[in-house]
Amino acid sequence: MKSMLIAFVAIAVIGVGAHYALQEVGFSAQEVSSGPSVRLD
Amino acid sequence: MLRHLMTVLMLVFLTLPAAVRSQEAEALPIDRSATGGAQTLEDILRRQNGEPVDDRFRREAIGGDAVSAPGLGPLGGASDPELWRALRYNEAEVTTSTRGDLGKVLVQDGGMRWYEFRRGPLVTYGGWLLLGTIAALVVFFLLRGRVRIEGEKTGRTVTRFQAFERFSHWLVAGSFVLLGLTGLVTLMGRMFIAPYLGLEANATLLTISKLIHNNVAWAFMLGLILVFVLWVWHNIPNRLDLVWISQAGGIIGKKHPPAKKFNAGQKLVFWSVIILGASLSVSGLSLLFPFEMPLFAKTFGILNDMGAPGWFGMDPLPASLAPQEEMQLAQLWHAIVAFVMMAIILGHIYIGTLGMEGAFDAMGSGEVDEAWAHQHHSIWLEEVKAEEKSPASDATPAE
Repeated sequence: MKSMLIAFVAIAVIGVGAHYALQEVGFSAQEVSSGPSVRLD
Repeated sequence: MLRHLMTVLMLVFLTLPAAVRSQEAEALPIDRSATGGAQTLEDILRRQNGEPVDDRFRREAIGGDAVSAPGLGPLGGASDPELWRALRYNEAEVTTSTRGDLGKVLVQDGGMRWYEFRRGPLVTYGGWLLLGTIAALVVFFLLRGRVRIEGEKTGRTVTRFQAFERFSHWLVAGSFVLLGLTGLVTLMGRMFIAPYLGLEANATLLTISKLIHNNVAWAFMLGLILVFVLWVWHNIPNRLDLVWISQAGGIIGKKHPPAKKFNAGQKLVFWSVIILGASLSVSGLSLLFPFEMPLFAKTFGILNDMGAPGWFGMDPLPASLAPQEEMQLAQLWHAIVAFVMMAIILGHIYIGTLGMEGAFDAMGSGEVDEAWAHQHHSIWLEEVKAEEKSPASDATPAE
C-alpha cells in the first residue's frame, strides 16, 4: 500500500508543480491570445 | 496500427455531422424569384423546423471586386448586407488588434452546434454509458458472484508487481479518477449540480475542478508513459490469448485458462488505456493550450487524402476550420474518448476489487498467494518459480 500512497502524494506534488510552472511559462489564454488594447478584466 | 484505429474511431464519431451535410446538399431547391434571390418565408420555416437548407444563395452573395463582380464592386461602393453576410460566413477581410487568426472570426455559428451536441447527445449517451456499465456490473455480480480462489490458500506468496510498477499504476489510476470526476463536474455540473446546490456552489466546484483537471493531467501523462514502458513487452498478443478468449477468461464458467504475466483481458485493458489515454492526452494538450495545437483540420486533410470518407460514402471532411471550431471538436473528442475509457476502467476496477478474490493484493501489497497465481497466471507462476530456482546470472560461481 506504500506505493499507492506515494503515488497519490506524487500526483499532488506534480499537480502543484504544474500549476506554478504553467503560470511561469505564460499559460493563460488571456495573455496568449489577447492584445494590450483589449480589456478582459 | 494506432493511426488506423484512430481513423476508424474518428469516422464513426463523424458520421452524424457528415450525414447532415450530405442531406443539406440534397435540400430541395426553393424558388426565390419573388424576393429577387433573397431569403424567403420557406427558407425561414425550413430552418425553424430543422430541415436541410441550402444556404449558398446567402453564403456566396458577399459582393465582388472590380474585375469579376456583380453589384456595386465596379463603382467602388459597398453594400452593407453583403458585408454582414461576409462577416456571418467568415469570408470578410477583418483586421484586429489582437494577435493571430482568432480575433478575426466575428461570427462562428459552429459554436451553436457544439453547444447543442455537448449538452444533448454527449451528456445523454455518455451518462447512460456510465450508468449502464455500472448496472451491468451489478447484474453480473449478482449472477456470477465473486470469482473465488479455488481450494485453500497456500500461505506462500509470490511477488506479482514490484514497488515501482505499483507506483506507476497508481499514478495513472489516481490521476484518472480525479480527472474523470472533475471532467464530469465540468461537463454536467450545470445540469445536475446547479439546480440542487445553486449556481454559486456549482461555480465554485467548476473552478476547483478546472484547477485539478488542468494540473493533475501531467501526472496522468507521466504515469501513462511509465506503464507503457514497464508493461508493453508483456502485453504483446500471442496465441495463448485465443485460448483465454475462447474460455471467456474463466470469468464465465469454471475453467481457468493458462496465462503469462497478463491474460488477454488484461491486455485489452492495457491497450485501451494506452490508446485512449494517448488520444485523451493529445486532445487534452490541445485544450490546455488553446488555439496553439489545432488537430482536426490537418487530420481531416490526411483522411481526405487517404480517401477515408469515401469508404463510407461520405463527403470529404472539412479541411479548413476556424480556430474556435478546432477547440470545439477537441472538447467533444476529449469527452467522447473519456466516456469510453471510464466505462472500461469501471470494469477494470470491479474485477480488481469486488469481482475477484485476491486480485487487489497484486496492486496493494504486490504479493499474491500462489494458489491465486496458479489459478489465474499459471505460466507466469512457473516462470517465476523457475527463475527463483536457477542461480542468479550475476552470481560468482564457487571456485
